[in-house]
Amino acid sequence: MALINFTSKGIYCKQGDFYIDPWKPVKLAVTTHGHADHVKWGNDAYLCHELTKPILHRRLGVDLKIQTLRYNEEISINGVKVSLFPAGHVIGSSQIRLEYKGEICVVSGDYKVEYDGISTAFEPVKCHSFVSESTFGLPIYKWQPQEVVLSGIKDWISDNHDKKKTSVLVAYSLGKAQRLINGLAGYSDIYVHNSIANLNEGFINAGVNLPETIRITADTKKDDMQKGIVIVPPALAEGRWIKNLINPATGACSGWMQVRAGRRWRSADAGFALSDHADWPGLLSAIKATEAEKVYITHGFTATFSKYLNEIGIAAEEVKTQYGNENDEEVLETASEEPKIESQS
Amino acid sequence: MRRFTELIQKLEMSNKTNDKITALVEYFNEADDMDKPYVIAMFTGKRPKRPVNTALIKQWAIEQSGIPEWLFAESYHSVGDLSETIALVLPPPEKSIDRKLHEWINDLSALHGKDDAYKKNFILDSWNSLETQERFIFNKLISGNFRIGVSNKMLVNALAKQSDTDSNKIMHSIMGKWQPADITFDDLIQGTHVNTDNSWPYPFCLAYALEAEPESLGEPNEWQAEWKWDGIRGQVVKRNGELFIWSRGEELVTDQFPELHFLLDELQDGTVLDGEILSVKDGKVQSFSTLQQRLNRKTINKSQLEEAPIGFFTYDLLELNGKDIREESMASRREKLEMVMTTLKTTDVVALSPTVPFNSWDELAEIRLSSRDINSEGIMLKKRDSMYHAGRKRGDWWKWKINPYTVDTVMIYAQKGSGRRANFYTDYTFAVRDGDKLITIAKAYSGLTDKEIKEVNSFVLKNAVEKFGPVRTVKPELVFEIAFEGIAESKRHKAGLALRFPRIARWRKDKKADEINTLDDLRQLLQSTL
Ligand SMILES: [Zn+2]
Ligand SMILES: [Zn+2]
Repeated sequence: MALINFTSKGIYCKQGDFYIDPWKPVKLAVTTHGHADHVKWGNDAYLCHELTKPILHRRLGVDLKIQTLRYNEEISINGVKVSLFPAGHVIGSSQIRLEYKGEICVVSGDYKVEYDGISTAFEPVKCHSFVSESTFGLPIYKWQPQEVVLSGIKDWISDNHDKKKTSVLVAYSLGKAQRLINGLAGYSDIYVHNSIANLNEGFINAGVNLPETIRITADTKKDDMQKGIVIVPPALAEGRWIKNLINPATGACSGWMQVRAGRRWRSADAGFALSDHADWPGLLSAIKATEAEKVYITHGFTATFSKYLNEIGIAAEEVKTQYGNENDEEVLETASEEPKIESQS
Repeated sequence: MRRFTELIQKLEMSNKTNDKITALVEYFNEADDMDKPYVIAMFTGKRPKRPVNTALIKQWAIEQSGIPEWLFAESYHSVGDLSETIALVLPPPEKSIDRKLHEWINDLSALHGKDDAYKKNFILDSWNSLETQERFIFNKLISGNFRIGVSNKMLVNALAKQSDTDSNKIMHSIMGKWQPADITFDDLIQGTHVNTDNSWPYPFCLAYALEAEPESLGEPNEWQAEWKWDGIRGQVVKRNGELFIWSRGEELVTDQFPELHFLLDELQDGTVLDGEILSVKDGKVQSFSTLQQRLNRKTINKSQLEEAPIGFFTYDLLELNGKDIREESMASRREKLEMVMTTLKTTDVVALSPTVPFNSWDELAEIRLSSRDINSEGIMLKKRDSMYHAGRKRGDWWKWKINPYTVDTVMIYAQKGSGRRANFYTDYTFAVRDGDKLITIAKAYSGLTDKEIKEVNSFVLKNAVEKFGPVRTVKPELVFEIAFEGIAESKRHKAGLALRFPRIARWRKDKKADEINTLDDLRQLLQSTL
């Protein structure tokens, strides 16, 4: 009998009687990472990495039953051995490894193979069956090394400083924001939106070493922000808040920025292809490294990517899930949180 | 080419006209002098002949990237641009070359006449020496199709700013006949070649769409009303015994319209007419779809000449006796135009576009409703005391179009969009009813809001009945009002007719699928426009 089943509530392990990243309330939700499409409210209990815990509290409230694990630490749930391995996607993101009577299955959630300097580096895990995302599962998606993208961002910021523009980077609160903060630290003062500052606070309390940032409040001076770098979540990207800054120039940081159509659709002034998901070569190398006999393809270019895997001799199947809308969820979460800017600077 | 690549990236990334102009000015300040005329040629749509055909380029790219053809096709669907798809799927370059833009262009044109093996070797080696963004530019140089959202006006404004030269002069100078290889940047800006060329057209004066009520324009007697024709804007230039016909896309189309060649004998030297190229049969203007049979053809056969005869409706005079009269008032130009027209011996092919007399805005609004009856799109309003502007200028010329046709349809297929929309179903196919069947009538990309797209998307996910590759057949439930500009017979379409410029006007949540229009409704409409 298979170790996991794709049910209407989520990915279910019958032998262990728990779900992984369920989208409907269940007794035990084993959670890969803190993005809104992978963790929902209303489960009786959660099991996740110790650094995912502060995110769950931040997003779902304090009154939660959460058990945590470190990477490589193993526990047994109803005889199923459960352990976490780094997925390299965001801080705390984990691949869930299940083992039962010699059968091994790994559910990777979201992952990227390049080390981003802040999330524990992705570690391939050998298994019989592997569940993989396919957000960027087309051969047009091949990322430049992080330092190349960051140096492009720095050039852009310095050009904005010369032209007396305010550099506003648009990035998910969880993941991209910390990655930018880490990569741009020391280059200029970094001003962050509340939702980012709150998450950072949670990480710092949990012992993560994050560079210093400045939380944007009603007292923050527009002149100071113009001289520094502003980071906001996508929900604020097109709102009036940004328009109140001094000559704002927005830079969207997302894998979709790889393609010109993606840059046009998101009406930013600049686009940087910086992604927390694996690119095409990354997906292929990760899947091959698992040596899995069967691969299940979730959110993204599921049909295309699984068809290709089958053609190159890797048995793959496309599965329907409700993952893949991390952006939408974040819109809801932060839309009402526009900080006020003092009118006179 | 790196500096040019950087320019393109800046132009594409920016949404603001001022930022684009700044990027252009910076480029023209810093770029290689030899490169500049090539850039101006590209941006104004001067295309060199394609040195290698698309099919070969595509085939080589597939070979090099080592992906199956279907996967290339899916990638292309997602990217939406062949040059870009190729740039992205190729493996990373192993070498690096930085050559000037004009050197690349000349190397490419030197490929003409070479055999395929030679061409392939050159293209592959170039791909292997360029970064993704540069490759994209390189591929665009091959295709010659370089539309990057820089209008002529914007380019001219940037050049005027950069060189501190009058913008009208530059507009005049960059339009028309010159070759980037034969002209220096300074000569092009100074327009030293302009006087020697008989063909020089004037920049067209363009109208804005009237969105406010016409009352906002003031007194009716200050305005001249004409029918707005749905044809090809044209400029007829007769100088020194030569005749030239320019289209709005700054293309010389003289050879395409032999019916107008009599003007060579009948127009005085030093005359320039502005007007509309239309298909006109027995004095009656035909629909745009009739005219279309005559457009972009290298050769014209006898039956095309008979089925879609060409006429020219003129409405402005820009040059008379070799003198530029664009600064004279509309009223004065019109008077002179009427004089010119009385000198023509042939009277049935080139005609004065009639003015529409009216005393009040209400009366004109009434008249406007009959536009469709004569295959007009509405009314043009031109201020009687206005000069002829170069390009688009708000205030003096307005187009007051009648509303588009609409039809209620049901969505039957959905397909995922490209780029950022690649995760959403945004491309839809719509059908009307034909007896108890549904028959495809139009494909339209979303004209919906982001919120509606998400709603439609979740409907598609829940109601997909069948799938062929990226296409999902959905339950025929969602009713959309499709707006379109015209209708034509079409053998290629199952419905036997095709809509022009179909787009989603709105989502009719108030209607059920059994309330949509029928194919017969559309056939009747087609009959009424013939
Ligand atoms: Zn995620
Ligand atoms: Zn995800």
